[in-house]
Order: sequence, then structure tokens, then C-alpha cells
Amino acid sequence: MIVGILALQGAVREHVASLNRLGIESRVVKAEKDLKGLSGLILPGGESTAISLLANEVFLNRLTELAGNGFPMFGTCAGMILLASGIEGRDSGYTGAIEITVARNASGRQVDSFETVLDIEGIGKNVPAVFIRAPYIISHGPNVRPMASHQGWLVMARQENVLVASFHPELTEDTRVHEYFIEMVKETGN
Amino acid sequence: MEKKGTYRVKSGLAEMLKGGVIMDVTTAEQAKIAETAGAVAVMALERVPADIRAQGGVARMANPSKVQEIMAAVTIPVMAKVRIGHFVEAQILQSLGVDYIDESEVLTPADPDYHVNKWGFTVPFICGARNLGEACRRLAEGAAMIRTKGEPGTGNVVEAVRHMRIMNEQIRGVLAAPEEELMTMAKDLGAPYQMLLAIREQGRLPVVNFAAGGIATPADAAMMMQLGCDGIFVGSGVFKSGDPAERARAIVEATTHFEDAAKIASVSAGLGEAMSGIAIEEIPEHQMMQTRGK
Repeated sequence: MIVGILALQGAVREHVASLNRLGIESRVVKAEKDLKGLSGLILPGGESTAISLLANEVFLNRLTELAGNGFPMFGTCAGMILLASGIEGRDSGYTGAIEITVARNASGRQVDSFETVLDIEGIGKNVPAVFIRAPYIISHGPNVRPMASHQGWLVMARQENVLVASFHPELTEDTRVHEYFIEMVKETGN
Repeated sequence: MEKKGTYRVKSGLAEMLKGGVIMDVTTAEQAKIAETAGAVAVMALERVPADIRAQGGVARMANPSKVQEIMAAVTIPVMAKVRIGHFVEAQILQSLGVDYIDESEVLTPADPDYHVNKWGFTVPFICGARNLGEACRRLAEGAAMIRTKGEPGTGNVVEAVRHMRIMNEQIRGVLAAPEEELMTMAKDLGAPYQMLLAIREQGRLPVVNFAAGGIATPADAAMMMQLGCDGIFVGSGVFKSGDPAERARAIVEATTHFEDAAKIASVSAGLGEAMSGIAIEEIPEHQMMQTRGK
């Protein structure tokens, strides 16, 4: 199994390190051609405006198509924004892989960024979570399963083969969230 | 329970900026151009380094209204500079809610001996460094991100290259040394011993290290990335060039695809004039910015 990590910009090496701890091989993805032979894809945190500009429309459309075909994807922070089907105040730069609408920078500016622990359905209790200028999920479709909230905001969810989180599990030593995603990848039999 | 301003939260934002370009801007309009071109953050300034160099005088933190105007114009993170050691300018910027403070040699130092104690702030700090000792001293003071100093406002990449190579060479030395040599190495580098231990534990500088100071072309940006930096600051290079929007976009593309020469060639083709630039030898000693700070 090789898991791709979208590497246009952002916290790529942290996801590589998290997967390494689980003994999972990873490969960086910068263009559509790099997607060949992968079992799943992680879309890391970064600046969503920059990443969506660097990923051209063809590439974003390909991701939408892959999501529809059951290809496992996991987006953290900016990655979640890229996978969303709507962004508050914006009408492009996302793939619609998961039926959620997100509000960018919903946790505020950097001085309000924080770390906490979350109880995540299907994963466990007290999972450390780092929120950095984080987006929140403000609405979701009927097929989206809410997995974790923080102060009333939905911050983690799954729709079949697509997993999203507002926060950064890759900035911590705890690998439970990544393990959960790897299980999703294994379920698809890729 | 939420914990704000932890070191992980501070250095975490820098991790998110990796592989990106941070651009100096002096107006809301420039900030929007930078954001549209794909900048991961902007640095709010009163004057770009090239103008500070040309006009002389005391360079200070930008006026709060200028910083707020830029913060209101974009959704990407906004950084702003304080003079070395000027903790009240830093308190002001924190109260405005800027996302990162650059304690910068580009501005006229406010303290001849001491930098800001950055541990006392919720907002994270970035500082410039010419070598590993300087980087480690700033980290020990609480900085959560490092950049090369280069020689700002010159459009000449040579000093950024020098600083990145020195840093890499010294890190390799720390990683390769037998443990009993570390203390003497710490003394010679002027680096706190504990920081050297942290480097050995992680196998690299424990925070993100960007290149800054003289980067003017897509090729400059890609070269710095190939030398191993984590991202790029472009100061005067964008808005002192003939075609800021196009050049900004080209530098962003070159930073992402830094190993793809054909791609860098294609984004460089047809770009207008780069900023004219200055040879380092022509700068009088007392006008060098990189020697500011201890």
C-alpha cells in the first residue's frame, strides 16, 4: 500500500512522519500523473487559497472523480476545505468530494489558535488536536457522519470514502486518526 | 479545555506555510495582488526594504492603521515587523491580532544588545539568522520560525545562499559529531547546548526555516528550495519589479515545482524587468542590515 500526500504546499512532512510511524509507505503528489498506483490520498494543511490556485481545475476535477469512484481521501484543515462542496463566501477552489460547507478561519486569527483533546466517534477519547486558524463545518448533507465537535462546532466527519478534520492530528505523536484512515484504505481493498 | 499560544500552536502555523511564498506588501491593494497570486501570507510594511535602504532614516513598525488595512483586505495570514528588541511594538502588533511577528533586522534596531523575550507572547515570532548559532539563540528566546537574513532590499540572492549553506553545513556538523564534542561545538557556534540536543533528536532544525533577503526571480526561489529551505520570503523583489502580479505568480509556481526546470523556465519566460539590484561589495559596512542583532 502506498498513500499519496498532496504536496503543492503545506504540512507534508508531518503526514509522512505519521504514516512512517505506522509503517505505511507514502509518496508526494504534485500533479495528476502522480496519482497513479496510490491506494489513498491525504490532503494536508496549508493555505487553502494558495493550494487551490496551485491545483489547476483539471487536477481538482480528477480528485472529484476519484472521490466518486470510492478512492479514499483524508483532508486536514486546508485539505478539508479542498474536499468540501461549499465554502462560505467563495464559489470555487473545492472538489465537492464530501457534502459539507465550511467556514474558513472560523476559529479566528493565529492568537486564537489552540490545542485541545477531542472524543472522536469510532476513534477514541482524548485524541490530541491542534487547531490553527481552523475551518469549521457549518452544514452537511444527509450522508455525512459527524465524528467530533468542539464547543458546538462540527470539526470531523466522514462520508463513505472521504474523511475530513478541521484540526491537525499530524502535529501530534498520536497516530489514532491516521490509523483510522489506513483502515478505510484497507476496506477499499486497494 | 483550549490551550492557546503553546509552542506547538506557534510553530504549527509555520509548518502550514511550508512550500509557500510570503510577500512584503505596503498597501491593501498589494496584499490582494499577493493573495491572488498564491502567497501563503503577507508581511505588512510601511516601506519595502529597497526603499528603506534608499531613503535611510529610522525604520519602525508600520502604523497600526496600515497593518489593520492589510489585515482587512486578505484572508491569508498577515505578518508584521518590529524592530529588534522593541517589545512594545510587539505588544501593539499582538493586540492588533497579527498572525506572526518578524523581529527584523530590516528595521532599525531598538535595543543594541537584546532581542525581545518571545516566550511571553501568544503570537508567534520569526527571526532572521545567518548561521546556526544565531538561529539557536533566537529559538531559545522563543522564536517559532527562522529565516535566513540574506541582505534585504538588494535583489541579490548571494547572501541568502551564503546563510543557507552555512546553516546546512553547521547542522550536518552537529548531527555527525560524537556526543562529547557537542559542548565545545555549542560554545564555538554560540548556540545553547539544549538546542543542539534538539537538533540531534529531530535530525534537523526543530522549526521551519525560510529563505529571505535578496530573492528576486523564480530561479532564485527554486535555488533556495533546492538548497533545502522550507519556503520563500520575497521582499522588494515583487513590488519593485516591472510586473508584480505576474512575477508573484511565477515565484509561487517556481517554489512549488522547484525541481522541475522546464516548469521554472515556462513561468520565467516573458516576465518583465526584475528589480535592478545591488552588488553586496558596493554597500558600505554601516549600511549592511544582516549584521544587526546579536
